[in-house]
Amino acid sequence: MNASAGRSRSWRRAALTLLVAGALYEALARSGYFAAALLPTVTAVGQTLWAMLIDGTMLRHAAYTLYRVMFGLGLAIAVGLPLGILMGRVPAAEQFFMPLVSVLMPIPSLAWVPVFILWFGIGNVTTILIVFYAATFPMLLNAWSGVRSVNPLWMRAAGAMGANGRSLFWKVIIPGASPFIVTGFRQAFLRSWIAVVGAEMIAASAWGLGWVIFDAKEFLNTDIMLASLAVIGCIGFAFERIVFGSLERATVLRWGMVRAAKG
Amino acid sequence: MNDDVPHAASLGRVSAHRPRALWDGARWRAAARTAFPFLVVGGIWETLAHMAIFPRRLFPPLEEVASSLASLTAAGIMPHHAVETVARLLAGFVLAAVLGVVIGIAMGRSRRAEDIFLPLVSIGAPIPGLAYAPLFLLWFGLGDVSAVLLVAFVSAFPIIVNSWTGVKAVKDIWIRSAQAMGADERRLFRLVILPGALPYVLTGLRLGLAQAWRILVAVEMLAAVPWGLGWLIFGAREFMNTDVMLAGIAVIGGVGLILENLVFKRIEEYTVVRWGMMTS
Amino acid sequence: MQHIEIDRVSLVYDTPAGQVAGVQEASFGMAESEFLCIVGPSGCGKSTLLNIIAGFLAPTSGEIRIGGRAVTGHGLDRGIVFQDFAQLFPWRTALENVAFGLEMKGVPKAEREEIALHQLRLVKLEKFARSYPHHLSGGMQQRTAIARALAYNPAVLLMDEPFAALDAMTRDEMQRLLADVWRETRKTVIYVTHNVAEAVYLADRVVVMTPHPGSVKTVLPIPLSRPRDPLSVEFLEHQKQLMRELADQAVKA
Repeated sequence: MNASAGRSRSWRRAALTLLVAGALYEALARSGYFAAALLPTVTAVGQTLWAMLIDGTMLRHAAYTLYRVMFGLGLAIAVGLPLGILMGRVPAAEQFFMPLVSVLMPIPSLAWVPVFILWFGIGNVTTILIVFYAATFPMLLNAWSGVRSVNPLWMRAAGAMGANGRSLFWKVIIPGASPFIVTGFRQAFLRSWIAVVGAEMIAASAWGLGWVIFDAKEFLNTDIMLASLAVIGCIGFAFERIVFGSLERATVLRWGMVRAAKG
Repeated sequence: MNDDVPHAASLGRVSAHRPRALWDGARWRAAARTAFPFLVVGGIWETLAHMAIFPRRLFPPLEEVASSLASLTAAGIMPHHAVETVARLLAGFVLAAVLGVVIGIAMGRSRRAEDIFLPLVSIGAPIPGLAYAPLFLLWFGLGDVSAVLLVAFVSAFPIIVNSWTGVKAVKDIWIRSAQAMGADERRLFRLVILPGALPYVLTGLRLGLAQAWRILVAVEMLAAVPWGLGWLIFGAREFMNTDVMLAGIAVIGGVGLILENLVFKRIEEYTVVRWGMMTS
Repeated sequence: MQHIEIDRVSLVYDTPAGQVAGVQEASFGMAESEFLCIVGPSGCGKSTLLNIIAGFLAPTSGEIRIGGRAVTGHGLDRGIVFQDFAQLFPWRTALENVAFGLEMKGVPKAEREEIALHQLRLVKLEKFARSYPHHLSGGMQQRTAIARALAYNPAVLLMDEPFAALDAMTRDEMQRLLADVWRETRKTVIYVTHNVAEAVYLADRVVVMTPHPGSVKTVLPIPLSRPRDPLSVEFLEHQKQLMRELADQAVKA
């Protein structure tokens, strides 16, 4: 069987699996064993989702969440990327920051939420800072690894052709480290996404996808919960494929460098 | 014969076998270098705390954090919380590890299993684990069962994905060699596929444990359980006991480090690093 | 009846451009304890043919017989050494690698370790029995692979350009070692290479294959006495003859 036939078979199997899973869920929901509030039918969830989209609430929640993610991610990149590169180039910087990173990294970002709430109160600042904390480490570590992985052969070749410090940095080191840097972006985004939902559940005041899920629990609105989960999944998936996929295609894939980066 | 010289890469590891004095000059220097950044950060913190720019409750000096930690530990409170958290973590993680490795390997070996599970995994994975938390709480109620199931569910994903990748990454040439030497399916699986996939499986387990840890602390903060490190930290908010919070965070960091170094590093050193399949 | 018979073996591939013959009607025979080299340019199907003999590929038509019996699929009667030195299992020591085939045969531990050690002695690696492959150089790994393929006493040893990835000096030493090992064990060997000098050094007879489609052009005997001197006149004569046969194809193809 050739490649394309195999692929379309996979697609068909995938669709089949999802249909079966959906049907099972539907059967359970309609069976009457569980209260409708706990296990709403797929149609009920669909209707809720539709209603929330139409009246703009879902979009507003998503917008708040995305705003916090982008802000936090932006900070993480602004801090993590240069710092990681610095650590890769300057041994003294690596020796100074590495122990700090190793100790802080295993601490889940959400552990800091109560402290941040005391310091900055409930709301956007705390949420964004949690996202920043979560996303900085993958960005930093990947940038550091990337710089260290730049093939010395490239540096020598460039040096032999007269490249000086600045052009060496921008034209050899940065492109050379790009598979890792792109992986860093990707992982930082994923971590931000995870952190924002958690932070919103605990620290947000009124809007956001994480907040709406948590809030819905109070009123047993499982349909809202599932609808929001679906939205979270879709946005995450879309970002992954579209944003990072095209970034990869435009750079590392085009240059055949993907093998170096293992997300 | 001139190629009797062992591979250059192994010479770098000579230091691991050289007998060392317990604490020679090089080790002191290395320890000092590692401690230095903490001294700097600690110094800055202390200065800021004593300058009383922020209220003392919110920004306690390190000695207060240390004394909180000491008294909580002496009273048995901190250990109780820590043990509860770790117990839940282990229960959930072991469940995830067993299920995850089994499913992941099945996916790697059988096209059919892959076709069935891959769509489910691809959809479930990008959704942040914590987003499922209220759902689980609603379905299974507050308490340990919810927490453990949630931890297991969320940490299973990286384990599945990595085990699956690992099985597919087993080199064809190993399989062919083994088959040429008469290995049947069962022995091929046990003696070639499992060890061959081990680097990936270990990575998956490591990622899964980190996920489990993160989710557990968060779930405990959602006040789903009466004891636990997350609950401790969150509860301290009520009385603005920042020193208790920071003490709790320090314990979380400590447990994480212990798990990483005592458990994973050891397993890795004994297997995949020793076999040269992964650099330490 | 010869010990090994390759009888009109063909392998046809389905490609978008139609059917392509990877190997077409390859036929030759071998006596026991003979050292046979298969030589040819890239694309002539020599590795494909070896894989068919090893049982990893099924021929579209034709048959392979060992000791009069047809063989299909892989089996312990054929040992194989690939070109890639990553063929050793990294999670087993050299000794454990060599003992693998014996383990599959059910030989008890003490006995198979003894046999494995003996094999390693044959390739002069007994000091590294407890080392892991990643501590061994490329040449040492290939020697271990050879020991591994010999350990369970297969009827024929198949080698697919095993020394092609080594540097020239190591390669020379490995060829000398292989010649010595063969003299001691008297194994039947089928050895694929693109290196003409190597073929003349090692083989009793050389099968010359040509590409498009892959087929056997001719079989040249190398009746030189061993040990062979690569710089002697007779050696170079045979080398020239072989190269002429091969060059002939390049023009036609």
